[in-house]
Amino acid sequence: MPPVRGCKHSSSQGPVTTFEVIGPITSPASDLQGHPHSLGCLLLDARRFAGRKRTSRRPSIPVQLDPVRFRTWPEISRSGVKYWKAKTSEASRRRRDGKENEIRGRHGDRSAPPPLLLSFTPICLFYAGDSSPQRGEKDRLDFANRKGFLDFEGTSDVNLNCLFFPPNVENYGAPEVPEILIAFSPTESEHLAILKASTVEGKRKKKTYVPLSVSPVSSPDAPNGAQLYSVTLRSPLQSGEMTTVETLYVLTHSLEPFPTEISQSEPQLVYYRDSATILSPYTIVEQTVYIKTPSSKVESYTKVEPTARSGSETRYGPYHDRLPYSFSPVIVHFENNNPFAVVEELVREIEISHWGNLQIRDHYRLKHAGARHKGVFSRTMAAWGYFYWVYDTYAKHPCRLDYQFRQSLSASFKTLLAMLPPRVHSVYYRDDIGNISSSHLRINSQKSELEIEPRYPLFGGWKATFTIGYGLPLQDFLFESSDGRRYLNFSFGCPLIETVVDDLTVKVSLLVLFCFGKFYTLNSINVTSYLSIVILPEGSRNPTAAVPFPVNQHLETTYSYLDVVGRTTLVLQKRNVVPEHNYPFQVYYDFNPIFMLAEPLMLVSSVFLFFVAYIAYVHIDLSIRRPLKTNS
Amino acid sequence: MVDPSEAKGEGSLRKAFGGVLGFFILLLIGTLAFSIRLFSVIKYESVIHEFDPYFNYRVTQFLTKNGIYDFWNWFDDRTWYPLGRVIGGTVYPGLTLTAGSIWWLLNNLNIPLSVETVCVFTAPIFSANAAWATYLLTKAPAHLFEVKGTGAGLTAAVLLAMVILFLLVFLLISDNQNVPSYISRSVAGSYDNEAVAIFALIFTFYLYIKSSDLKNYTQTLNTGSLFYATLNALSYFYMVCSWGGYTFIINLIPMHVLLCIVTGRYSSRLYIAYAPLVVFGTLLASLVPVVGFNAVMTSEHFASFLVFIIIHVVALVYYIKGILSPKMFKVAMTLIVTIGIAVCGAVLAILIALVASSPTKGWSGRSLSLLDPTYASKYIPIIASVSEHQPPTWPSYFMDINVLAFLVPAGIVACFLPLSDASSFVILYITTSVYFSGVMVRLMLVLAPAACIMSGIALSEAFDVFTRSIKFQLPKLFETPPSDVWQLIGDTNNGTQDELAKVDSKIPTEKSETTVKERPSKKNRKKEKEILEKGKEIKEKGKENVEKVSDKRQNAKKLLVLPLEASAVAILLLIILGAFYVVHCVWAAAEAYSAPSIVLTSHSHDGLHVFDDFREAYAWLKHNTDVDDKVASWWDYGYQTTAMANRTVIVDNNTWNNTHIATVGTAMSSPEKPAWEIFNSLDVKYVLVVFGGFVGYPSDDINKFLWMVRIGGGVFPHIREPDYLRDGQYRIDAQATPTMLNCLMYKLSYYRFVETDGKGFDRVRRTEIGKKHFKLTHFEEVFTTHHWMVRIYKLKPPKNMTRGKSKKKINPKTRTKISYQKNRNKNPWQ
Repeated sequence: MPPVRGCKHSSSQGPVTTFEVIGPITSPASDLQGHPHSLGCLLLDARRFAGRKRTSRRPSIPVQLDPVRFRTWPEISRSGVKYWKAKTSEASRRRRDGKENEIRGRHGDRSAPPPLLLSFTPICLFYAGDSSPQRGEKDRLDFANRKGFLDFEGTSDVNLNCLFFPPNVENYGAPEVPEILIAFSPTESEHLAILKASTVEGKRKKKTYVPLSVSPVSSPDAPNGAQLYSVTLRSPLQSGEMTTVETLYVLTHSLEPFPTEISQSEPQLVYYRDSATILSPYTIVEQTVYIKTPSSKVESYTKVEPTARSGSETRYGPYHDRLPYSFSPVIVHFENNNPFAVVEELVREIEISHWGNLQIRDHYRLKHAGARHKGVFSRTMAAWGYFYWVYDTYAKHPCRLDYQFRQSLSASFKTLLAMLPPRVHSVYYRDDIGNISSSHLRINSQKSELEIEPRYPLFGGWKATFTIGYGLPLQDFLFESSDGRRYLNFSFGCPLIETVVDDLTVKVSLLVLFCFGKFYTLNSINVTSYLSIVILPEGSRNPTAAVPFPVNQHLETTYSYLDVVGRTTLVLQKRNVVPEHNYPFQVYYDFNPIFMLAEPLMLVSSVFLFFVAYIAYVHIDLSIRRPLKTNS
Repeated sequence: MVDPSEAKGEGSLRKAFGGVLGFFILLLIGTLAFSIRLFSVIKYESVIHEFDPYFNYRVTQFLTKNGIYDFWNWFDDRTWYPLGRVIGGTVYPGLTLTAGSIWWLLNNLNIPLSVETVCVFTAPIFSANAAWATYLLTKAPAHLFEVKGTGAGLTAAVLLAMVILFLLVFLLISDNQNVPSYISRSVAGSYDNEAVAIFALIFTFYLYIKSSDLKNYTQTLNTGSLFYATLNALSYFYMVCSWGGYTFIINLIPMHVLLCIVTGRYSSRLYIAYAPLVVFGTLLASLVPVVGFNAVMTSEHFASFLVFIIIHVVALVYYIKGILSPKMFKVAMTLIVTIGIAVCGAVLAILIALVASSPTKGWSGRSLSLLDPTYASKYIPIIASVSEHQPPTWPSYFMDINVLAFLVPAGIVACFLPLSDASSFVILYITTSVYFSGVMVRLMLVLAPAACIMSGIALSEAFDVFTRSIKFQLPKLFETPPSDVWQLIGDTNNGTQDELAKVDSKIPTEKSETTVKERPSKKNRKKEKEILEKGKEIKEKGKENVEKVSDKRQNAKKLLVLPLEASAVAILLLIILGAFYVVHCVWAAAEAYSAPSIVLTSHSHDGLHVFDDFREAYAWLKHNTDVDDKVASWWDYGYQTTAMANRTVIVDNNTWNNTHIATVGTAMSSPEKPAWEIFNSLDVKYVLVVFGGFVGYPSDDINKFLWMVRIGGGVFPHIREPDYLRDGQYRIDAQATPTMLNCLMYKLSYYRFVETDGKGFDRVRRTEIGKKHFKLTHFEEVFTTHHWMVRIYKLKPPKNMTRGKSKKKINPKTRTKISYQKNRNKNPWQ
């Protein structure tokens, strides 16, 4: 049986699409069960078939963006993302024309992150090992006649989609395949937050995952603006060889609430739009798409035969021998009562004080992006707490009122969980009109959890802003590198995790997330392509940032307590951040410790000058009368 | 005694030591006065309190953002919709300018404090300033520094320390007022005009005394200090900028001047102190937009002008008297008096005619309610409805001034003993402030510093007497055989045996009183007074003899000597008294005055519970309504809504337009449909009510509702208060009148309330509500806070209000049915 990669849900909260690709050849080596990260990955098994030659290298090399560094993958677990275990399923083996490419694989899905995250769309891509699309050749990569894509216009929503491609890729006949192409529709690529790929080495229990570099490919010849990404294999795939590549990608905005407005007691229904077939520049030999919904309540779904639905799973496929770039739009309309929490804007300020403190301030603008709340609001239905304390100036001992309220049906959320680093101190949680009293902080040696509630429960369309600030011991995050520069090592991304009443841990999906890090450093010249270089005063110079994915950055100057020249501030900016972005990043800068003394010395000298001036004032007689007196 | 040069050196050393000690004590006082007001920050958070401070905060934000010129021209369209309000011309800018300047200064020093932080800490900073100003003001009439001059050295320093310590303590509560709502005026976060105004008030008084003070040694005796008089005018200007209470100054100082003239204490110093104040002060005051021509047009200021005329007449008389012979003077006198009386009469007649022609006789409503305490309740329900405009209760006096209530009379007596200009001023101050505080609880603010000053004087006199007695008797204790050094003292002792005997004879009674001293403080006061009086008398005698030879002075001093034991015990008791007072002050600052009214807490056996509903509602409004939506609520919440939610309000705490407030009051008192029409005509989108019945928060809208009815009824006569009362009783239970049960306020407060516990039990009124199940036809609930304390309703759009509108048109039967139903709804209890 061919290796199959799948992801199992840890919860049934999010819809998952499972794609299955079946190729003609099964390789036991490609069994992906037990992927430790189970980050939904695309596995490509490529096997080379005899007689098939690799045509040539792709002529055009896409502009390389920064290589994504995957070394920190395990970090993700810190952010509370759940991992899903891979599930093995069988892919039937199918043999196609000997000269064709085959892809097989089972698509893994990732379980939806519970509450917040809506859904994943797993998609499975198959690559025919052989051809690069440009080649046109006789194989089925000819997409010239394909009619356009479906418009995925609608998904204005807030969801994350995680897609997994776990196919095995075999190279049938192409001489050497150095890289594999993954295709996204324009809408998808717009909402694509992150795309990772890794390959599997070793077998069974000794398997290890090696990250592969992924880069967008400019593909003027792709139909209807399909965006291609190329995954560079570790070693070119020889004809007849097979390899397994796992990819994980996360799409935001892929669930659209419909109806767009619901009352407090109505369930929230959403549309999920996708294609029944997998968009790929390769011919896919056999594929199946599974869509898992959080519940079995599915209002409707498009039927593209063969289509089957059982429980919370809808299956499209198996389809055979689909041409490259074939697209078959489907809509699944199902109930999803998860609140769609979106941080519309997050500004994180990190202030380094060499006196031993690292001060973090996160400014959030949070929105419930699900179906808008309409009509009457009722506390009796919205109440989560079952008791109230009585504020009574007359009663000496306030008593507790117990009320039993009906639970509200519709999606709203109240509690959020922020995972903070250990040894956090001076935590505050407030907004622009003062402290928000509903928060709890739990600290242990491993981590700190801050459980916060916005001032009011968020129903669809409601917004809230707040700020979380805390201090950290500097020695945990600031290090000195071998060349004498200092560097800050801190986590990128958003510490919020949603906790749901039923104890599920979920990712917060972030629609648009700006991250501004303020590093009070100076800047230096870093010639990496994405750092701008500015020279700044107040002690630190030459700041450079090392971020594992592309971000916009620029430098600013900030004035804080008693600064004279200002502190160099490095601003990193990125859109569409998802928990997968919770990687550590580094900021290197030069700093001379003597500058630590500047402000204390300034204060001391000003006090000194004050007294000197006072002494002078006391001893100098400015009166105009005295000379007269002495004369007389 | 000793070598004179040595003594001199020792004396100057002592003086320097005393000076340094005094400086540090003052510093400590400032620190303490500042830090005792931080209870609210520590117990709660650094946040603006109450209602008015939010407006000041918002103004300050505007000032810091847009600059001073925009501030003067600021027309605020987010309040008093659709009228708007010219903030720049109607606000006392002193506080905001002060905080704005502090913020500006700090930011230019690159100390990035937020405007909010600066605002929160402005009041404590100015409390420290006020403490120092009070110290200065007390120093003037107190006699303690004369004592210091006589070589009491260290004792005087200790004395100084004690006095200042007490001053500090007294000032602790100096502006912690407004007892009914349990809010203080100057704790951190209480960012209100009074915070800086009290400082300005006291400092103005100090400068006035300084500029006219006899004991102002730096000046030649016969002229006052023009420098201080000018400073005084500036300080008065600051006061005018800060608070409407400046009229207190501009009436009190003329009263004092008049008093001095009448009692024959006129001097050129008085003239120099007063005339510049009136001229410069009035000119400067009219620069403040909110005062403007009121500085010369309203009756509040007439007293100063009248006295200004009088003092000139008197000055002229004195001048003429100086250049004429007595005979000529008499002739001239009669001439001038006749002419003067004629002219004055004419001027007065014109003035009176002018004043009488205006309906309020030229007085503003608040001032009138000061003069006639019943005025407000009779004519201006808006003023009467504010709790801080009510007369205080007796407990609030004891809560606020506590021990001082007993020390003040003693202080007054002490002031009389050598009556100077300064002490007569202080006496006048305390007298008037006692009266005013009796009229309005809010004006206890003004009383508190006066009480502090009086008590400080009383205590310093008492300590003066006691410590001196101890000082003179201690040597006897240690060196029973009179040595050479103490020869003189021994001599005097011998020489005044009879005097001592006299004193001794008083000891038994003294001692018996001392033994019962633990008893209520009334007795203490009596005794202190007695002691003080005695000490005063004796000291007075001593003072008369100041110019006599030294042994005579010693004689006089010896007269002050009280028995050693009695003195020691008395000092001890006074210290204990003071200590208790410190405890009281700290307790009051921590418990009674530090709660910000926007965050409520309640203690229970398992900890503190926070009720943050107000901010919850304001945050909801801010984030989930449109920026230009109009929110209607009772005016109490206007300032907070504009400041925290940034939404346009119909009325707010600046109650300048009675009709507008009455409109809102009428809407709240009307049934749903007329209320909807009123609100809709005002473009209102949301209605906010505060409801405490769920958790027992007593100052909610239902409890304020009668004021809405009264104020509304005052303008719109169809709202009649008796309609809302059942047999004169205000009730919301089943016995309530149908008008009450159908008014908008009732419905918005109790809508779906019954669903909470099934009975609809109101925890404030302690009764089940009268009408439990009803539906809203013209409003819909859009938000209710966690503890139901704030409920926000939205006006339904007209098309959704009535079901089957078209049906209604077609079928007249339905219509009648609907109207019938309406009638039934109106009076379900009949």
